[in-house]
Amino acid sequence: MIALLKRDLKLAFRVGGGALTGVLFFLAVVTIVPFGIGPDLNLLAKIGPAILWIAALLASLLGLDRLFQQDREDGTLDLIIMQPHSMTATVFIKCLAHWLASGLPLILATPIFGLFMNMEPLAIAAVMATLLVGTPAITFIGAVGAAVTVSLPRGGLLLAVLILPLVIPVLIFGVTAAYGAVEDPAPFTAPFLILCALTLFFSVLGPITAGWVLRNSTD
Amino acid sequence: MKLTINNLSGERNGQMIFSNISFTLAKGEALIITGTNGSGKSTLLRVIAGLLPAASGTVSLEDSGEFTPPEMMHYLGHLNALKPAMSIEENLIFWQQFCGNSLLDPDAALEAVALPGIGHLPAAYLSAGQKRRISIAKLLVSFKPVWIVDEPTGALDKASEQMFARLVNEHLNNGGIAIAATHKPLDIGEGVALKTKSMNMDEMPVEDTLTYGDLL
Repeated sequence: MIALLKRDLKLAFRVGGGALTGVLFFLAVVTIVPFGIGPDLNLLAKIGPAILWIAALLASLLGLDRLFQQDREDGTLDLIIMQPHSMTATVFIKCLAHWLASGLPLILATPIFGLFMNMEPLAIAAVMATLLVGTPAITFIGAVGAAVTVSLPRGGLLLAVLILPLVIPVLIFGVTAAYGAVEDPAPFTAPFLILCALTLFFSVLGPITAGWVLRNSTD
Repeated sequence: MKLTINNLSGERNGQMIFSNISFTLAKGEALIITGTNGSGKSTLLRVIAGLLPAASGTVSLEDSGEFTPPEMMHYLGHLNALKPAMSIEENLIFWQQFCGNSLLDPDAALEAVALPGIGHLPAAYLSAGQKRRISIAKLLVSFKPVWIVDEPTGALDKASEQMFARLVNEHLNNGGIAIAATHKPLDIGEGVALKTKSMNMDEMPVEDTLTYGDLL
């Protein structure tokens, strides 16, 4: 299993791996927003957490379609299914590798992008914390979508459409918690804990479902 | 160790491809499956390897302990399962660690497929035949008693075909079992007294209850 984690991380950072395309997309979205909204610093600071969350959400959708597709195309998936490892654990490890390679860089880039949005340090820290606990849920939900669309040649858009409704709760609680940290009457702890719960819940349900789907996807 | 295939039927898209195939293979025995394109060789192998659900029938392996039959099998399909972005050695080490039961170390396996000293190259640089040989080396880095090989010598030259036949021989002599689908003659038994069974998929009656395997 550690071998699989190491292999997926290696592949993500090599030619064609696409680990950093998410960060570039994140950068693109966050830099063009001020041009579209206008140089109103107060407004930017106010909508900053929401923009960062939406950009991170879309960026983490990029690349999710390749989670199992590459392995299927070169025959690796067949052999992975045959091994004496539980498919749930295998999918969990693949999700973990995907998140480490494409989710974590987004969070590390957040402080810089937060400055673009004229956000105060506390707001940036809150967005980072919520992204840290929230983005794994997106990967785990996405794994199910990736498993379902694994045999479709252009499944990327379909995947996004399939899983967007499911990741909306993650977005809502993530943004609510981020605002809760900076705006006084709004609570931070409650939405933050719900966000943690969502991630824990999908870290179990996602791999089980995706593993089952993959086992039945061979032809 | 004994592989028993009992009344196995396979279908694709609701269409019966083969039905009621039965045979048994003991330690050191190989089955060569021949047949025209589309006669169902690959489907049969994929059903045996557990990659396709069987329409009916069972695949069982004696003395496999806690493992299911597919977990005791090496499957060499049409695809090589190599990552072009990783070096050959990294590819082999990954499969060795992921499959468990280490047998040869990657360098020795590369030597066995007559490609010594190229472990550091990215898999993307290899020719089709070389990739196939690395794929065969994958069978050697970890031990699994049953080899399921589908058109193993497709892209190989004459010398490599013989090299592969020798490797299968060695595997059988060590108490392994092999099932190979091919339409080229694979001289597994050349010069060695090996128990090789053969089966022609074209002669397999579809939708028929006759058991062919016991004739083998």
